[in-house]
Amino acid sequence: MAIADTKVAEVSLEATPTALPEHGSLRHHYAAFAVMVALFVAAPYGVYPVFLAKLLCFALFACAFNLLIGFVGLLSFGHAAFWGAAAYASAHFASKGLTVTPFTVLGLSIPINIAIPPFPPELAIVIAVIVAAVFGYVIGKFAIRRQGIYFAMITLAFAQMVFFFALQAKFTGGEDGLQLGPNANRTALGVLDLRSNMALYWFVLGVFLIGFLFIYRVVHSPFGQVLKAIRENEQRAVSLGYHVDRYKLMAFVISAALAGLAGGTKVFVTGSAALGDVNWPMSGEVVLMALLGGMGTIFGPVAGAVVLVAIEELLAERAGAWVSVIQGGIFVLCVLAFRRGIVGEIARLIRKPL
Amino acid sequence: MFELLGVSPQALFGQLLLGLINGAFYAMLSLGLAVIFGMLNVVNFAHGALYMTGAFVAWLLLEYAGVGYWAALLLSPLAVALLGIVIERSMLRWLYKLDHLYGLLLTFGLALVIQGLFRNEYGSSGQAYQIPELLQGGQNLGFMFLPNYRAWVVVASLAVCLGTWYVIERTKLGSYLRAATENPALVQTFGINVPRMLTLTYAAGVGLAALAGVMAAPIYNVSPQMGGDLIIIVFAVVVIGGMGSILGSVVTGFGLGLVEGLTKVFFPEASNTVIFVIMAIVLLIKPAGLFGRAA
Repeated sequence: MAIADTKVAEVSLEATPTALPEHGSLRHHYAAFAVMVALFVAAPYGVYPVFLAKLLCFALFACAFNLLIGFVGLLSFGHAAFWGAAAYASAHFASKGLTVTPFTVLGLSIPINIAIPPFPPELAIVIAVIVAAVFGYVIGKFAIRRQGIYFAMITLAFAQMVFFFALQAKFTGGEDGLQLGPNANRTALGVLDLRSNMALYWFVLGVFLIGFLFIYRVVHSPFGQVLKAIRENEQRAVSLGYHVDRYKLMAFVISAALAGLAGGTKVFVTGSAALGDVNWPMSGEVVLMALLGGMGTIFGPVAGAVVLVAIEELLAERAGAWVSVIQGGIFVLCVLAFRRGIVGEIARLIRKPL
Repeated sequence: MFELLGVSPQALFGQLLLGLINGAFYAMLSLGLAVIFGMLNVVNFAHGALYMTGAFVAWLLLEYAGVGYWAALLLSPLAVALLGIVIERSMLRWLYKLDHLYGLLLTFGLALVIQGLFRNEYGSSGQAYQIPELLQGGQNLGFMFLPNYRAWVVVASLAVCLGTWYVIERTKLGSYLRAATENPALVQTFGINVPRMLTLTYAAGVGLAALAGVMAAPIYNVSPQMGGDLIIIVFAVVVIGGMGSILGSVVTGFGLGLVEGLTKVFFPEASNTVIFVIMAIVLLIKPAGLFGRAA
């Protein structure tokens, strides 16, 4: 394991410009953030807002994934499980609410009768986040027992288990998925009608910014510093007295919950949760977004998601079947020649971490 | 006639045989993964896609060149091994000094490309592949019907697995391989061409996957996605068995196939997930895997 650990340290040097000062002025972060927000505020006046809203959901998903690979050095190949489980939860509660009829367990009849109408979007999303966090806790608890490449394989296997569950369970709608339907509650915060494209976009932008700023806060907190220490040298973090497993699990749960925030919000954009949301190509897609944008950078996953979702949108009309071939090709190119990613390369040029 | 918990012996043994066959493929694939990981430190995500390529090459040979099963059993693994050499020489070798994760990401990309190309060319529906004449029909064993071809798959894959074990553990070439796994720099100073060994190891590993693909072609349909779902199960098999031991991966592969078959009989809803549940239990009890060395 000693060999693997030194290699982990090597990669982070490769992936992130850690040689650059992390402290000192963060003014360029604020500038970059201002530019990003300005672009997202202006964008819906030139580009179809629903497409942009979908893009923002994927950007948040990629940021959540990047929290693990970029700042703890854990490659999760199973993030589709959290995104998908949250999407199902969100779609279920927003369209059907909660209905419990009296039932019998072990001969005991339990006289519970609950009938809550469809939940408003913000509440459905909160429940989706909780569901994703619970999934993250359970899967993370198992996965952190192994390091490196095994961690990736274990998360992938558990995500596949969630996929099979979604395929067979009744409430997920199996092959058909869950539609939001005409009865769904789409009035967010009591005022925003998400049937309007613009309202939907502002709502999703708000969710994205909350998630993004939360991740920024986590990364730049004392907790985040310990995570980076684990990434750089796990053994040393252990010998300094940190309960490394607890930190890893906490990071995993946060990442899963934020992936759930993205997945739960996505339902209101696409109007459905389907098997594609929990299947392994989705896990691969989010890895590619972070890789292309720059793993271990703050803004990289957003850039990666913008580029990839745009490519998919453009290709869907012209050459639908080629999407996976092109995605695979980008994967290969990035790994061979572009490991820092878009934002990582920019950060290297201006010699400041982004 | 005996009845076991309300299950007819035909159904029970039929599922056990199917489990054994699935296990044979798990064993051959996880064996190749383990050998490649041991030497190259790359978890070959493209393994499933190359298994599928092996099956497709056999089908293409029959469809367009009239070359039958027995020749395909040799030609298809050779073709895929050549492809493996190209992949190793042109891409993988640049990643050896980096984190293992990059090898996984690169081969994941390759899997997407290979699978996508076949899907574009041949569609998602499966192509049927005839069982060779010699192995058609079957034996009635009294308690079950044993198709000849399935018996052949079990016996042949066992032979291949044991053969691989013999080469690695009992021959001169295998001893070089094991030495290079432990300490490549030292083996290189003894005058052994380690880079060439890496190339050939990768070629042999993916050749093994292609061989499994050809053997699978008459049982399952030949389809572009036949490898994608399988590779994830094989990853779970590898986590359960641990990649440290050759015989370990073979035993784990066959064993898990049987367990899956049994689950199909007694608790069919769980048959898709039973291997992942076992993986979770093994992670709790023995995180390094049943045959793995402790970290």
